[in-house]
Amino acid sequence: MRQTILSISNLSKTFGGVVATDDLSLDVEQGELHAIIGPNGAGKTTLIAQLSGEIFPDNGRILFQNKNITMLPPFKRSHLGIARSFQITSLMQGMDVIDNVALATQANDGHAYKFWKPARDDRDLRQSAIDALKEVGLEGREFEKVQNLSHGEHRQLEIAMALATQPHLLLLDEPMAGMGTEEGDKILKILQKLKKRKTILLIEHDMDVVFALADRITVLVYGRAIASGSPQSIKTDERVREAYLGTEGDLNC
Amino acid sequence: MRNLLTRKSFNFAFIISVGLLALLPLYVEMTGDDFYLDLANRLMILAIAAVSLNLILGHGGMISFGHAAYLGIGAYSVGIPAYYEIYDGLFQIITAVFVSGVFALLTGAVSLRTKGVYFIMITMAFTQMAFFGIVSIEEYGGDDGLVIDTRSTFGNFFDLEDTVTLYYFVFVSLLISLFIVKRIMESRFGMVISGSKSNERRMQSIGYNTYRYKLVCYVLSGCLCGYAGALLGNFTNFISPEMMDWTASGELIFMVLLGGSGALLGPLWGAASFVLLEEWLSSITTYWHFFFGALLILVVLFARGGIDGLLSKIGLSK
Amino acid sequence: MDWVLIITQLLNGLQLGLLLFLLASGLTLVFGIMDFVNLAHGALYMIGAYFCASLSEVTGSFLLGIAIAIPVTAAAGAILEVSIIRRLYSKDHLDHVLATFGLILCFDTMVHFFWGPEGKAIELPAFLDGRLAILPGVEFPTFRLSIILAGLLIAFGLYFIISHTKTGMLIRAGASNRQMVSAHGIDIKSLFTIVFAVGAAMAGFAGMMISPITEASIGMGNEIIIVAFVVIIIGGIGSIKGAFLAAILVGLIDTMGRSFLDTLLKIIVSEESAETAAPALSAMAIYILMATILAFRPQGLFPPKGR
Repeated sequence: MRQTILSISNLSKTFGGVVATDDLSLDVEQGELHAIIGPNGAGKTTLIAQLSGEIFPDNGRILFQNKNITMLPPFKRSHLGIARSFQITSLMQGMDVIDNVALATQANDGHAYKFWKPARDDRDLRQSAIDALKEVGLEGREFEKVQNLSHGEHRQLEIAMALATQPHLLLLDEPMAGMGTEEGDKILKILQKLKKRKTILLIEHDMDVVFALADRITVLVYGRAIASGSPQSIKTDERVREAYLGTEGDLNC
Repeated sequence: MRNLLTRKSFNFAFIISVGLLALLPLYVEMTGDDFYLDLANRLMILAIAAVSLNLILGHGGMISFGHAAYLGIGAYSVGIPAYYEIYDGLFQIITAVFVSGVFALLTGAVSLRTKGVYFIMITMAFTQMAFFGIVSIEEYGGDDGLVIDTRSTFGNFFDLEDTVTLYYFVFVSLLISLFIVKRIMESRFGMVISGSKSNERRMQSIGYNTYRYKLVCYVLSGCLCGYAGALLGNFTNFISPEMMDWTASGELIFMVLLGGSGALLGPLWGAASFVLLEEWLSSITTYWHFFFGALLILVVLFARGGIDGLLSKIGLSK
Repeated sequence: MDWVLIITQLLNGLQLGLLLFLLASGLTLVFGIMDFVNLAHGALYMIGAYFCASLSEVTGSFLLGIAIAIPVTAAAGAILEVSIIRRLYSKDHLDHVLATFGLILCFDTMVHFFWGPEGKAIELPAFLDGRLAILPGVEFPTFRLSIILAGLLIAFGLYFIISHTKTGMLIRAGASNRQMVSAHGIDIKSLFTIVFAVGAAMAGFAGMMISPITEASIGMGNEIIIVAFVVIIIGGIGSIKGAFLAAILVGLIDTMGRSFLDTLLKIIVSEESAETAAPALSAMAIYILMATILAFRPQGLFPPKGR
């Protein structure tokens, strides 16, 4: 029996009358890749925001490793071991690639109130940043400015930064968003490697990717989980087909 | 060594300027014309204040419109003890730095909860508060200010009474301030500050309590500017609430932007151009403020990146 | 307690509050709609006063002077918007602050150039110059009463325009959601110019109303503009209602603090310390108020919606 690492119970959030999360309960188990799919406006990004602490739910509870984190701010969740990537690329523009990752690394070795030693001469810090970059295939791009990277490389860097915080749980918000096939394949390979050693909650539009990667899938419609189970059971689930046919058409789109 | 080679930080304009500043007293000695000494003194003191503002504004993205408060606090930390005939420089400077730090901590804790325009305005309002606070204390001259009859002394070692001594004291202070800010900005802490300026939301999500880091940076900046204020009090021999008028804060911002905000040496170029322009324009016309104002508008419209940006374009700076 | 003094000071506070509102309403609209920080708003207050001073002198009538000076100030505002301000909207707040700080220097120097370094007094017509018994035993300067009256009239007029006309609807929509207004294909450029000119006229009018009391002088706007900023920050940027309430609040607290704080303090502390602390505290009172409000509501009392 696997251990539950993240447990969401009865989560609700409304924005001025619009229900974004509706009495949602969901478990993520240690070591699994749990994918969340759903049509546009199903409240996927709102859910990630509540899990990472950017917005707080109106009701309900989020337990991470049996600790109640429902109302913790983002930086505290990061310290507990939750990391996220952003759907819309959110990086430190104007800084080098390696500095972006090194910031994520130093955030979690707990020594950021150092005022005198040059951070760029810190070998351990640099090395672990380089390791994280290798993991996502960005080696050789360390000293490039962030704004000079391609869109695909931005997505890779997003993941590298999340990884560099040494998380126990990765929240990936549409890591393939806006990518071509070739770039997408690259990310897919990275994720396949990653899922062997990390617990991942993945939000993704691309169904091929989801079915290729996920151990478990939860389908979100109007902020509610209408089905949850193995990829096979989701594929054949009547309600899921209905929800998708009603809004976006074919499940395999 | 690696830094010198890889980052080409060999900086021609800086070395020339430092050389000139170091040798200026010799020239003055020869010609007996201490006008330039006073000018350079003022320039360097304002440069230190601008360096401190650049720490939060240029590097940290916190647009404080109230930085003149610390000039005032620093100057009064020299003036008020001097009023009670306490001339000990160490005591005065520690007071200046400490009181500035406390003021920065208290006002920063409130101000940094706000964003954007609210931050600009609340920093300005806190400085107005300090301004009116000082104005209403009749004991220390109120509106009219206070004359400092004797400059700081440092035990039996030296005092700042002699203009050349004061000059070198300020000169060394400026170099040390630049060095300190350089080290801070390259440290882990400095990286966090740069990151928070660039993308605060992401910094929080990778685990930084950006509010706390920014507050620490805000306090450091206040302390340094308080120190500059203590030098200013010594230099002018006179202190008045006018030092912390909101237009004085505006001038400091102007220096930082004119020089090139976020560049290490930007404030130095900015303060230098400000002081020299002011001197030059006011010698030509009574209406020099008009051209000063117009220049400000032109800088905003056409020359963001400031002098440091220009220098690096023509290859004189890194 | 001296009731006559209390009533008089309440009225003085109200008068200061309404003057502040005249300045703050333009500021908050420009801020709310164009997202533009205009430090030079106080310069418009100053040139309004100077225009009025000269025009009253030429025409020999204060009222006629005002009547001509208002459209002239509005025109000056419109010219300023079209020639310089418009180019700044796309820049960031720091640029706004810096450029309008430059504008202040330009305006102050121009006034110095055209009108000389001395202030200019404005003579009041006899029927405004006296005092009026508003209650048995309570007299109040007629002119100050007329400031209160004019201020209230403008406040209600503005309220009516903003809540009951189409232009007002656009302005309200613009203050809370800029994209929406431009998405509706409205000529944003002229709307901005109009709003700026109206703001300039109100600021100028405030300057015209104060200068018979204090005289028009260089830099007269530089002090009060900060207080006007305090007002719109307390009220919440873009909110006319917030600006009105905050202006009255600030006017009353400032005036009452200066007159009665020492009396109040004497109840708690010794006479001597009350006399030292009161001036400092009352001078700082509005800033303390603002800091307190922002500590609990970082976006002011009536924060803009939908941004």
